[in-house]
Amino acid sequence: MNETEKRQPAKGPAKEEEATAPLDGLQRHIMPFGPEAPLRLDSGESLSPFTIAYETYGALNADRSNAVLVCHALTGDQFVAGPNPVTGKPGWWPNMVGPGRPIDTNRFFVICQNVIGGCMGTTGPMEINPATGDPYGKDFPVITIGDMVRAQAMLIDRLGIDQLFCVIGGSMGGMQTLQWASAYPGRVFSAIPIATAARHSAQNIAFHEVGRQAIIADREWRNGNYIAEGTSPAKGLAVARMAAHITYLSEAALHRKFGRNLQDRERVSYGFEADFQIESYLRHQGSTFVERFDANSYLFITRAMDYFDLAADYDGVLANAFRDTKTRFCVMSFTSDWLFPTSDNRQIVHALNAAAANVSFVEIDTDKGHDAFLLDEPEMISTLRGFIDSAAQKRGLGK
Amino acid sequence: MSTAVSTTANGRVDLALIAEMIEPGSRVLDVGCGDGDLLALLAATKNVDGRGVELSQEGVNACVARGLSVIQGDADTDLRDYPANAFDYVILSQTIQATRNPREVLEQMKRIGKRAIISFPNFGNWKVRSQLFFTGRMPETRALGYSWYNTPNIHLCTLRDFVYLCDELGLTIDDAVNVTGNRAWKVGRPGHLINLIADEAVFLLSDKRR
Repeated sequence: MNETEKRQPAKGPAKEEEATAPLDGLQRHIMPFGPEAPLRLDSGESLSPFTIAYETYGALNADRSNAVLVCHALTGDQFVAGPNPVTGKPGWWPNMVGPGRPIDTNRFFVICQNVIGGCMGTTGPMEINPATGDPYGKDFPVITIGDMVRAQAMLIDRLGIDQLFCVIGGSMGGMQTLQWASAYPGRVFSAIPIATAARHSAQNIAFHEVGRQAIIADREWRNGNYIAEGTSPAKGLAVARMAAHITYLSEAALHRKFGRNLQDRERVSYGFEADFQIESYLRHQGSTFVERFDANSYLFITRAMDYFDLAADYDGVLANAFRDTKTRFCVMSFTSDWLFPTSDNRQIVHALNAAAANVSFVEIDTDKGHDAFLLDEPEMISTLRGFIDSAAQKRGLGK
Repeated sequence: MSTAVSTTANGRVDLALIAEMIEPGSRVLDVGCGDGDLLALLAATKNVDGRGVELSQEGVNACVARGLSVIQGDADTDLRDYPANAFDYVILSQTIQATRNPREVLEQMKRIGKRAIISFPNFGNWKVRSQLFFTGRMPETRALGYSWYNTPNIHLCTLRDFVYLCDELGLTIDDAVNVTGNRAWKVGRPGHLINLIADEAVFLLSDKRR
């Protein structure tokens, strides 16, 4: 499985808090934040009203000390472990979150929120702008990783949780994890940023820009008003996804899975059909993605990642973002990840060392590229299980 | 005065000797920490705030699973990432002979730690010398259990070699413990006799200028 193979868009989000329990301890929620609780944005604007769609698994203990916040990646969602409400497919991190998994839902109270700007029920560009009565579209305020985390913290406040036992996420989820540890050090007992960076690289901004321009160049984008005008920039969004998907894999994995194999044919067609399996695969990834993701959300969330530079708020010294931190960190990278390479992750470790933080770091040997963090990587699972178990003991959450 | 050496579960004699040198409650970095045996010992008996660096993924995984804070990294390249004086002790046990640039590693240890503790097998031991002298072949002993072609020990030295390097780098030898067979004793600054009989040694070093 990878980031792409997921689900249909959620149906129109309910506006009042609701909870259903289709499996043990799983609850689906929508939390409204009214005019009394605006979200202050880094741009200087504010977003109000807004809602956060989130899932919880397991039960909060009496001390409220066993909460784990899972942060999702660019095109992820809140369905981390529970089945997708439409397709019934399992959540996107079944190897990590669930009964008996490293993030054990029998033991921890697991929260996963759809990020601000998203399209799975949390307020994003698909939502109606109360000022105009139309969807926000491209008039949605530009958001940052800091804004996403600020909104998450407002939800954690509402849930009455002072300190999270653990904040964990890969890729953009790792950026949120770092932002949490930096902005709310006292509220994060342990942090697990995986396959991520403290700032988005020029190469990654470049790939995002290709994706955005593919969307914007689609005539059906209609200057961002495609919902109101009844069109869909599906082709542009699919191309964006195809380009991005290549960056989630590795050359070795592509060669292993596809090589130069032809798709349902004996010889090349001397045309521009999907002769090669890799072409067919990418086209499939693109076309299934557009069924579950909003093009404007893609623009805004990629922008948030581009703007992420944690050290920028600390005179360019990343170590100062973690000064005097008491949080226990476990940083993880993958050998074949060229989107968030080990060097990016080591910069985080370097800064944490300079801040005398409590940090572990593991580079997992795999050919599965950036997507490895979503897959069944036994070394990743066993290392994180060990880290989480020992942190739980330190937190007084012994087995 | 010599004392009997206690060995840890994996047969290592130097770990208990190193632990004795460490003040309780210190900040410690163990470079090449393996499965974390020493860090676990120090956490249990000396209440240290310990960190580790280990090259092998299996070693790091084992450490992290034990609740130790360990970074996958290389003594030769990753010590320069630490700020100066970050630790009370930087430990390099049975590792310096496997580094590519032992002198640079020692300099980094001097920079990031107030004190350094180093243990290594003594290539000046009489059994090593006599094996080379009488058989004309590369020595294999308890402390050096490899053939020449597969040994990770690419920078072996004698105790006297090491003492000279400490002088060059401005490192004071605060303590040196000689290990011969199952006996260990403090020797101050090892001379020719100790260099002949020591199987291995543990040095406690500090920066002369401090």
